Amino acid sequence: MLKNKQKLMLGLPYYFWAIAFIIIPLCLVIYYGLTDKTGAFTFNNIASIADPQHTKALWIAVKLSIISTIICLFLAYPLAMILVNFKKGKSSILVMLFILPMWMNFLLRTMAWQTLLENTGVINTLLQTIGLPKINIINTPGAIIFGMVYNFLPFMVLPIYNSLAKIDINVVNAARDLGANGIITFGRITLPLSLPGVISGITMVFVPALTTFVISAILGGNKILLIGNVIEQEFSQTSNWHLGSGLSMVLMVFIIISMIFTAIFDKDGEGLI
Amino acid sequence: MKTAGSVLKRIYIALIIIFMYAPIVTLIVLSFNSSKSRAKWGGFTTKWYVSLFQNDAILQAFFNTIAIATLSAIIATIIGTLSCLAINSMKRKGKTFWMGITNIPMLNAEIVTGISLMLVFIFLGVKFGFFTILIAHITFNIPYVILSIMPRMKNLNPSTYEAALDLGASPFVSFFKVVLPDLMPGILSGFLMAFTMSIDDFVITHFTKGPGVDTLSTKIYTEVKKGIKPEMYALSTIIFITILVLLFLVNVSGNDNKKEKIK
Amino acid sequence: MNQDALIYLKNISKSYGSQMVLDDFNLYIRENEFLTLLGPSGCGKTTTLRILGGFETPDKGTVLFNNEDITNLSPNKRQLNTVFQKYALFTHMNIAENIAFGLKIKGKSKSYIDDKIKYALKLVNLDGYEKRMPDSLSGGQQQRIAIARAIVNEPKVLLLDEPLGALDLKLRQDMQYELIRLKNELGITFIYVTHDQEEALTMSDTIVVMNQGYIQQIGTPEKIYNEPENAFVADFIGDSNILDGIMVKDELVQILGANFSCVDSGFGLNKPVDVVIRPEDVELVDEKDGTITGTVTHLIFKGVHYEMEVTANGFEWLVHSTNCFPVGTKVGIHVKPFNIQIMNKPESEDEEASHVEE
Repeated sequence: MLKNKQKLMLGLPYYFWAIAFIIIPLCLVIYYGLTDKTGAFTFNNIASIADPQHTKALWIAVKLSIISTIICLFLAYPLAMILVNFKKGKSSILVMLFILPMWMNFLLRTMAWQTLLENTGVINTLLQTIGLPKINIINTPGAIIFGMVYNFLPFMVLPIYNSLAKIDINVVNAARDLGANGIITFGRITLPLSLPGVISGITMVFVPALTTFVISAILGGNKILLIGNVIEQEFSQTSNWHLGSGLSMVLMVFIIISMIFTAIFDKDGEGLI
Repeated sequence: MKTAGSVLKRIYIALIIIFMYAPIVTLIVLSFNSSKSRAKWGGFTTKWYVSLFQNDAILQAFFNTIAIATLSAIIATIIGTLSCLAINSMKRKGKTFWMGITNIPMLNAEIVTGISLMLVFIFLGVKFGFFTILIAHITFNIPYVILSIMPRMKNLNPSTYEAALDLGASPFVSFFKVVLPDLMPGILSGFLMAFTMSIDDFVITHFTKGPGVDTLSTKIYTEVKKGIKPEMYALSTIIFITILVLLFLVNVSGNDNKKEKIK
Repeated sequence: MNQDALIYLKNISKSYGSQMVLDDFNLYIRENEFLTLLGPSGCGKTTTLRILGGFETPDKGTVLFNNEDITNLSPNKRQLNTVFQKYALFTHMNIAENIAFGLKIKGKSKSYIDDKIKYALKLVNLDGYEKRMPDSLSGGQQQRIAIARAIVNEPKVLLLDEPLGALDLKLRQDMQYELIRLKNELGITFIYVTHDQEEALTMSDTIVVMNQGYIQQIGTPEKIYNEPENAFVADFIGDSNILDGIMVKDELVQILGANFSCVDSGFGLNKPVDVVIRPEDVELVDEKDGTITGTVTHLIFKGVHYEMEVTANGFEWLVHSTNCFPVGTKVGIHVKPFNIQIMNKPESEDEEASHVEE
C-alpha cells in the first residue's frame, strides 16, 4: 500500500494525542504529587497517606475490593464455564448479560440497589413475606461490596470466558483419555490453562473496586470513606491538587503492581475486551 | 444426571440475569410511580414521561451526552483506525511501546485518568466545559477502537491487497475496496464500544466538566443527594427500551440474512 | 460372533440434530490389527473413533471391548488411548510432564515413570527432550510426543485421529514408516482415521471405506484397490475411469458401444452396470489393434509415467503409461479382461448421490 514511512505517518494524530493526553497528564500527577503550593519539592503529599484517616480509608478500600474480587471470581468462573459450553445463542446471552445493562446509566443502576436493599425495600419485604429475618445491609460495607460485585462482575467473566474458549476441547479430552477424572482434569488442565484469564479478571475487578468513590458514595451513605472518596474530595471540594495527586500516586503503586502481575501471566492480553 | 446438571446451569444463569436486571426493572417500575419518593409506590402514572419533555435541564444533559458520545466515538474511530495501520507496520519494539501506551487508559483507574486530565487542562489554562469533556472522552475511547481493530489487523492477509494491485487497482482503491472491508467489523465494534463507554462514563466526566455543563451521569450524581427527579427514570427507561428494540431488530434481520445465505 | 474380535461395534447409530452421521453401523476389530477408517469428511469416521474413545455416546447400539459392554464407560476408564488431531499437548507442562500425566494418575512410582519417559522418548526418536516445552517443538516432534504420551499407558488399542494431517508431505511419509515400526514394536491394535487414501494403503492391514455413515467396503489394501465393490470406492481410492456399461452376457460387457471381454459372470443378460478401469490398465495400442479408437487430447509428464487423456467414443479416458503418445495421435484402446471391474449400479438414490458428489 503506502511505503512504510508513509504508513507510520498515519499514526501522527494518535502519537500526538497519546503524548498530550495520556503521558503528560500522568507526569503532571507526579509533578503535583511531589510539590507543594509554592512549587517546592516535597514528599509530604505522599507521606500524608500515613495520616490515620487516610490509612483507614486505604485499608477499608483494600479490604472491600479484595472481598469483592474474590466473590466476583467465584461467581464468574462457573458462569464462564457454562457459557463456553453453551452451544446456542451464546453471544446473545453475553450481550444481554453485560452490554445491554450498560445502557441504563450505571449511577442509576447502583442507586436502584439502594431502593432494593433498603430496610423497608423490596428485598426485605420479600424476605419478611417468606418468614426470613430482615437484612440491614444498606449504608454498611456489605452494601458497598454488593455494589462492587454488581458493577465489576462483567470484567471478571469476560477474560475468564475468553481464556476458557481458547482451550482446545481435545486437550481436555486428552486428559480424560489418559485416565484423569473430571476433578483432576479441571485441576491439572482447565484451571491452569485459564489462569491468564483469571489473573486479568482479578486485576480488572480489583483496580476499579479499589479506586471507586461513586459506589461508596451511593451505597455507603457517605458514612464510609474509601481512598477514592478522599482523593475525590481533595480535587472537587478542597481543591488541594497537590495532596490529591500525592495520594493518587500511592494508588498508582497498587495499579502498577497489578499491571505487572497481569503482564507476567497474561502475555497475549486476552483479558482486554 | 445430565438433565439435572443442565437444569442447575440454567438456574445459575437465570439467577445471574436476575442479579444484573433487578435494578433495571426497579428503575423502569419507578418511572411509572406517581409518588416522588423512591421508597413508596404511589400508583401507576405516565406523567413523568410528559413532564420529561418540559424539563430543559434534563433534555440539555441528554443532548450533551449524545453529542459527546457521537463526536468522541467518531473522532476516536478515525484516529484509532489510522494509528492501527501505523502501529501494525512498526517493528516489534515500536509496536510493544505503543500498545503499552494504549493499554494505560484501559488498565489505569478511572479516577487517576480523570484527575490527570483535569490537571492537564488546569496546566494549559483551558476553560472547563463541553470541549474538555470531549477531549477526555476521545482519550479513553481510542484504546477501545485500537484494541478491537488490532486483532483483525493481525489476521489481515497481505496477499489480498497485493492481489488487488495485481488486478490493476490503484493503491488507494485497493485499500478502500479490499483492506477496509476486512477491517470493517473491527472498526464498527470499536465505534459501538466507544459510543457505549462514553454514554456510560461518569468518573472521568466528573473531573473534566465545567460548571453549568452536565451530562446525564453528572446530573444524576448531583441529584443523588437531593433526590432524583422521576423524569430521569422516564428518560433512562426510554433509552433502555430503544436500545433493546434496536438490538432485537438487528438480531432478527441478522438471522434472516443467515437463512437466506443457506438457501 | 467373531471369536477373535477385540472390539465389536454393534448396530451403532448416531445423529446430530437431524443429521444422521452413523446408521446401524457394525464393525469387528481384531487384536493386533492396523485398521484404517477411510472416507471423505463427514463420512462418520471421526465420530466412530470418538465413540470408541468415549467422547461420544451412540444414540443406539453397543460397543463391546473384550466382550464387555463399554458403551457408557467414561473415557478415563477405558483401556484405549487417543492421539488427537493437532496433538492436543498440554502447553503448560513440559514434555516429561506431558508423558507422565497418565502414569501419575495411575499412581505409578517415580522411578517407573522416569524409565517409561526415557523408553517412550527413545521409541519416538526424541531422547533428551524431557525438559522442553511443547511450543518449542516442530509439528512432527509434537506429533511424536502425542504418540509417546499415549503409548506409555500401555493401551490395548491406540486410536489415531488424522494424526499426520497437519504435517507436510515429506514428514508425513517419514511418519508413516515410523507408525508401522511403532505398531510392530508395540504389538497393539491401531485404529487410524484418515481421508488420505495413500496413507491408508501404505500402513493398514485392513481398510474400512466409509461414506455418509455407511461402510462401503472392508478389506486389505490390495483388495480395496484392485477389486473395489462399488463406484464410490473405486473413485475414492486412486484414479479410475468409471463408465456405464451393459453386461451383455457372462464375461462380455458392452462399453461405449464396443464389446469388451471380462472375467465377471452372474449378472444376467443385458444388465446395466458400472465399469471401473484403472488408468494404468488402459493399454494404448496401434489404431487397428484397439477395441475402440480415439485421439490423445492431453499429455502430462508425471515422472514415473505419462498421464494422458484420450477421447474415444465420447468418453475421456484417463490413461497412465510409460510410453508417450503426443497430443493428436490416433490410438487404439485395449484392456485385458481381468483388469475390467464390473459392479452393480447402486440401488438407492442416496448411494447414487453420494458418488456423484465425489
